Amino acid sequence: MFADFSRGDDCLFEINQKDQQPLPPPFDDIDEEPLFRRLTEEAKKKYVLLDDTIAVNIPKPETQEEEAQLVNSFLSGLRRLVSREDNWTFLEPLMISLEHCAKCQTCSEGCHIYEESGRHPYYRPSYRSEILRRIYFKYLKNSSTWVHGDIELNWKTVARLIELSYRCNLCRRCAQSCPIGVDNALLAREIRKVASQEMGIVPKELHDSGSMLQLKVGSSTGMNAIVARDNVEFIDEDTTDRTGIAVETPWDKEGADILLIHNAGEIMAWPENPGGFALLFSAAGLSWTMSSDLAAYDGINYGVWYDDFQFARTALLHLEAARKLKVKKIVIGECGHAHKALSVIADKVVTGDLNIPRESGINVLRDIVREGRVKFDKSRNDFPVTLHDPCNLVRLMGIVSPQREIIEAIVPKERFREMEPHGVENYCCGGGSGFAIMSGHNFAHWRHHVSGRRKLRQVLEAFQGEVMDMEHPKYVCAPCSNCKGQLRDIIAYYDAWERAGIYYGGLVELMVNAMVDAQPGYIDWEWH
Amino acid sequence: METVPFWFACAGLLAFLVSVTLRTMMWLRMPIHVRWELYPVAHEGKRASYGGSYLEESEWWKKPREFSIWGEIRVMVPEILFLVALREHNRKLWYRSFPFHFGLYLITAGTVLMGGFALMGSQWESAEGFAGVLRMGIIVFGLAGLVLGLLGAAGLLHRRMTAPELKDFSAPADLFNLAVFVAVFSVALSGIVLLGVVEFFASLTGLIGQIVKLPFGHAEAQVPGIVGLSVVLMSLLLAYIPLTHMSHFIGKYFAYHSVRWNDAPNLKGSKQEKVIQEALGQPVSWSASHIAGDGKKNWVDVATTMPGEIKDR
Repeated sequence: MFADFSRGDDCLFEINQKDQQPLPPPFDDIDEEPLFRRLTEEAKKKYVLLDDTIAVNIPKPETQEEEAQLVNSFLSGLRRLVSREDNWTFLEPLMISLEHCAKCQTCSEGCHIYEESGRHPYYRPSYRSEILRRIYFKYLKNSSTWVHGDIELNWKTVARLIELSYRCNLCRRCAQSCPIGVDNALLAREIRKVASQEMGIVPKELHDSGSMLQLKVGSSTGMNAIVARDNVEFIDEDTTDRTGIAVETPWDKEGADILLIHNAGEIMAWPENPGGFALLFSAAGLSWTMSSDLAAYDGINYGVWYDDFQFARTALLHLEAARKLKVKKIVIGECGHAHKALSVIADKVVTGDLNIPRESGINVLRDIVREGRVKFDKSRNDFPVTLHDPCNLVRLMGIVSPQREIIEAIVPKERFREMEPHGVENYCCGGGSGFAIMSGHNFAHWRHHVSGRRKLRQVLEAFQGEVMDMEHPKYVCAPCSNCKGQLRDIIAYYDAWERAGIYYGGLVELMVNAMVDAQPGYIDWEWH
Repeated sequence: METVPFWFACAGLLAFLVSVTLRTMMWLRMPIHVRWELYPVAHEGKRASYGGSYLEESEWWKKPREFSIWGEIRVMVPEILFLVALREHNRKLWYRSFPFHFGLYLITAGTVLMGGFALMGSQWESAEGFAGVLRMGIIVFGLAGLVLGLLGAAGLLHRRMTAPELKDFSAPADLFNLAVFVAVFSVALSGIVLLGVVEFFASLTGLIGQIVKLPFGHAEAQVPGIVGLSVVLMSLLLAYIPLTHMSHFIGKYFAYHSVRWNDAPNLKGSKQEKVIQEALGQPVSWSASHIAGDGKKNWVDVATTMPGEIKDR
């Protein structure tokens, strides 16, 4: 199977829906599922093919020079990847994972993409790692293929490997199960890094219209500061109307205790979330502000998925805004990757007065509940609720109990049901590592049929025993913008609102819905 | 010729120790890396039971951080002895891998007991009391270790040759390594069959005793041929293990302590902050146009330059 990877022009394999496990009721008839849309013939002619979908859009080289360029630049990037200077950020975890895999395939059992694809061998977490490992040992270390295995390195190997690195959500569930500690998700990220930092090859949603747009305009949504402030002002008005409590988001307030940074996608797609934060923070009497500095009103940091420098540039803008406002801490809204990027990853790239404390917004919300600063009536949330654990927040940061403590205070105990597994053993929503914003060609279909299928399965399992129709609404609480985007798409794709009454939203929406002083009905149960 | 096994054993042990030391130093000398922890983190005290971290605390930077060594030990010991992660996530392989690894531990323990027995200066035939217990331990650990090791290695080899998911990923060396274990354990067990278990381990203990006493000037070990062959093969294997990916017993320590469980925050004014400042001064040579590293600009230069400000080289 390793030899095939370097040969042929067609897709190496296709997703066959008949190979997939049926979902729980009422979606248990696999023949009634939407059909996986195949790639167009035009796309097949133009781009490098791996598996009947495309994420990266690498054009097929037209000349031998272009072919050689792909191979040479990849090797050059690989050399930098294993260098102490160029990749100090990840060298040790990288080398441990490159050198110590026992090829036992334990990781596969932890991977939702492998499992839900119908256990396709090319989606084993170890497969792309093993290709990288073989290239490294054969072409960089000149080691014997007898020891490390053989691989032919040509432009197809390189291009397919880059494409394959975007068939991993970087959720690191595979690393959790590895008996040795090998991290295949990290290796997927490091392949993406070579492609980006050396070859300039990245899905446009992540780079051109993602991190580059954020660094240039201020937000990957395209909103500049003026538009962001206008939109938040509108949200404040709307929140005031809906709750009967006057809300006004403070901007650029020097000396505030808290700089609150949302994922700006919330402002555009889920305005009730920043509205809810503003309401709760104000009602609790917190000293807080938002910033209109470049990128400081958008907590996203796509670099964390593919490029150390794009990551660092964005994180530095966030921290610089906090320094300028002289706040005591940065609080991050409901966005998993923004949490991990700024709280954990950035921890080792900032020093001195830029090293401003960062904290999860969920902790702050938990304290509001714990200290009784806002009164809640859990009977207002008298509907089935399940909780999605965003990988970045939970498995990769260990923030597990605050959100549960909040839910305990705002949802009747008998109405809450955990997904199985949950907490640090959760499954990714399927939109992780940028997938939720990637929909080129038929990639959205792949997301819905493969990477997001396990989450839908978990949601349906959590609500089994309930009446599955729209008259009996159920709430999937997902305290992460990216996860909400993916859940929105899956629910729409499988028609899960109409067919099973499954709705989704964040944590603050659920809190405001139960807030005694607010008018009831903050969650409107309208499918948009 | 009689002392050949003795010198092989000395050389094998020395090669093993040197390789392990060099490999450990290689990992110790790795540059600082960004945080990449994975929960549960065992030293998190009570929170470790559900995978929680100190980041659940409000304003955690103002509070003392709980660090439970006992928590780490409680996870590490069962993981090392019983391969808990493999048992939980890949039971089929665990049935083979556990006896293999546990067999190695028993063989190692038996060898240590041999050294202890020799240092006590007791005679094998007349050992009584604690020495008698050691003698029994040597026989039980050694025999059980070889049997388990052989069963495990043969099981792993069989599975690697027959299960498609393992076969497709295996290089010739992966099969060779397991075959070597099968061969080495088989020769040792043949010696036990030929000489009898007591005589085999008595001879082996005599030889190990000579190695332990080497600093004191003794090198007169003579052992039966089959024991000598076992010792030579075991010694070659011992020297070979750290040169292969089987050195994962070293890498695993760093995978856990330096990566998975490394949640130490970078606090202002800390030693770690100084190390980070040095790392940020590293030159950057990545070529993509949004980075344009030239081997002179350092990490901070690149990270603080917006892509739009980069001029084409």
